[in-house]
Amino acid sequence: MPETPSISREELAHLATLARIDLSDAELDHLAPQLSVILESVASISDVADDDIPPTSHALPLTNVFRADVVVPGLTAEEALSGAPEQEGQRFKVPRILGDEQ
Amino acid sequence: MSELLSYDEALERFDPALGLEVHVELNTASKMFCGCPTEFGAEPNTQTCPTCLGLPGSMPVVNEIAVESAIRIGLALNCEIAEWCRFARKNYFYPDMPKNFQTSQYDEPIAFNGWTDVVVEGPEGPQTVRVDIERAHMEEDTGKSLHVGGATGRIHGADYSLVDYNRAGIPLIEIVTRPILGTREIVPLVAKAYVAQLRDLLLGLGVSDVRMEQGSLRCDVNLSLAPRDDGSESDNTGRHSLGTRTETKNVNSLRSVERAVRYEVQRHAAVLTSGRPILQETRHWHEDTGITTSGREKSDAEDYRYFPEPDLVPVAPDKEWVERLRASLPEPPHERRARLQAEWGFSDLDMRDTVGAGALGLVEATIAAGATPQAARKWWLGELARRANETETDISALGVTPAHVARVQALVDEGAINDKLARQVFDGLVAGEGTPDEIVAARGLAIVSDEGALSAAVDNAIAANPDVADKIRDGKVAAAGALIGAVMKEMKGQADAARVRELVLEKLT
Repeated sequence: MPETPSISREELAHLATLARIDLSDAELDHLAPQLSVILESVASISDVADDDIPPTSHALPLTNVFRADVVVPGLTAEEALSGAPEQEGQRFKVPRILGDEQ
Repeated sequence: MSELLSYDEALERFDPALGLEVHVELNTASKMFCGCPTEFGAEPNTQTCPTCLGLPGSMPVVNEIAVESAIRIGLALNCEIAEWCRFARKNYFYPDMPKNFQTSQYDEPIAFNGWTDVVVEGPEGPQTVRVDIERAHMEEDTGKSLHVGGATGRIHGADYSLVDYNRAGIPLIEIVTRPILGTREIVPLVAKAYVAQLRDLLLGLGVSDVRMEQGSLRCDVNLSLAPRDDGSESDNTGRHSLGTRTETKNVNSLRSVERAVRYEVQRHAAVLTSGRPILQETRHWHEDTGITTSGREKSDAEDYRYFPEPDLVPVAPDKEWVERLRASLPEPPHERRARLQAEWGFSDLDMRDTVGAGALGLVEATIAAGATPQAARKWWLGELARRANETETDISALGVTPAHVARVQALVDEGAINDKLARQVFDGLVAGEGTPDEIVAARGLAIVSDEGALSAAVDNAIAANPDVADKIRDGKVAAAGALIGAVMKEMKGQADAARVRELVLEKLT
């Protein structure tokens, strides 16, 4: 049996910070055990997957699926911006950003 | 401004360790995972599609040429090529990636364990330094943010940001060195030489435009200091204990790479000497003031919650493919340098100056465009290197191309202009006034070949300088220089000095 995964209150608070989600103390208390249950449920897959089943990130055993380096027409600027709540100068307008570029 | 220790004192007390992360935009026609075009400078948000905007239901597909370019870069850096590797999602919340993750590679880079040798001028002559390459991996570039409001245009103090996603999804290769140890006082030169060599190598491969001023090659400088080893034993083993490092982002010219390394050595040394700790953080390089300032605290890799990208299948280059790509590689940099030096007949010193000025590829292209090696060297290392230094610009970013230089020299050879006028043509090229021929025409620089005008100018010079004229009549031909000078002055330099001399002597002897 693999170790039972669980998520601590501190880990959840850190995750929330990374995800820019503001959680109250009460929400952290409420959500941490729930997330642990979800992780445990998913982990039960490990019970049926034996050594003969390698971990995979894709459902099909494919490799090297490529496209040719050819330009395909995309969206106009108007189309691209059509879903933006706000725009300015043909750019997406977003709130003041805390943090930093990658 | 941070406190600095003098560079010499910093090195007396500490050993620097350098690491470089270089991001290279590939010059593919289309993006990494979709068919959008990649041209630089297009109107904002005119090169996007549902995939690179991260719209629901869109699916990425890998650009085959980008993979080939990644493998060729890996091979040129003597890397091993992964037999099987995957893309991973690097999760973060910042609007420069509309998907809220960047598709990158994490623990399975396509190329790893490589090296490249760079030559720098050390205290005791030229020195070869081996730079070990940890990895080269594939990823995608991010969008460009414009921060509006606030005093500096930077993030801090901005009221809001405007994002252009044209660049989001352009294929990017990140090349990461292992820590470069034991280079001591030449560490800034090693950093510059490595980036210059990488630039030349990528140009030779034809996989990128490598225009640092346009951001198609960007450099992050990692630096740390460790207390200097007093025992000489561990000096050559590379087993130094490393100090806390800082990562200085977006150092985007060769000259800045050298300056940023030097600055961080001095800054780290001052902090450590005063007994304070170095914070592990990213820092911003300021080109104008030549300093770095604190950015954010560096995230741990686990904060990015990397996981294999489920929308893409693994890349598994077979041996035959890799060998075919290996066969397409140009010659390695050191062999190329040796061959070019022999072909051009350059002295060791000429060659060192050329490489040091970052002008090897420029000189080569100028010769290919028809100039002699001597002419190419004269203009790039004399006139243009001087201008680059004076204006603190990279020599490749002056606005003068190899084709320009070859044409200027051709105009000199044809007798249309002389060297002095050629310098004015370079003034015009730097100012963006057009091609050499256009500048000669627009500025009226062509040498006056009108014999009547020349003859009149010579007569004027003789009349104005009767003493000199008498000397020449008495056989003192050396005095002709004064009259030639007067004629050239009257002609505003636009005369062929040799023809003026002939005319002076014809009239007086």
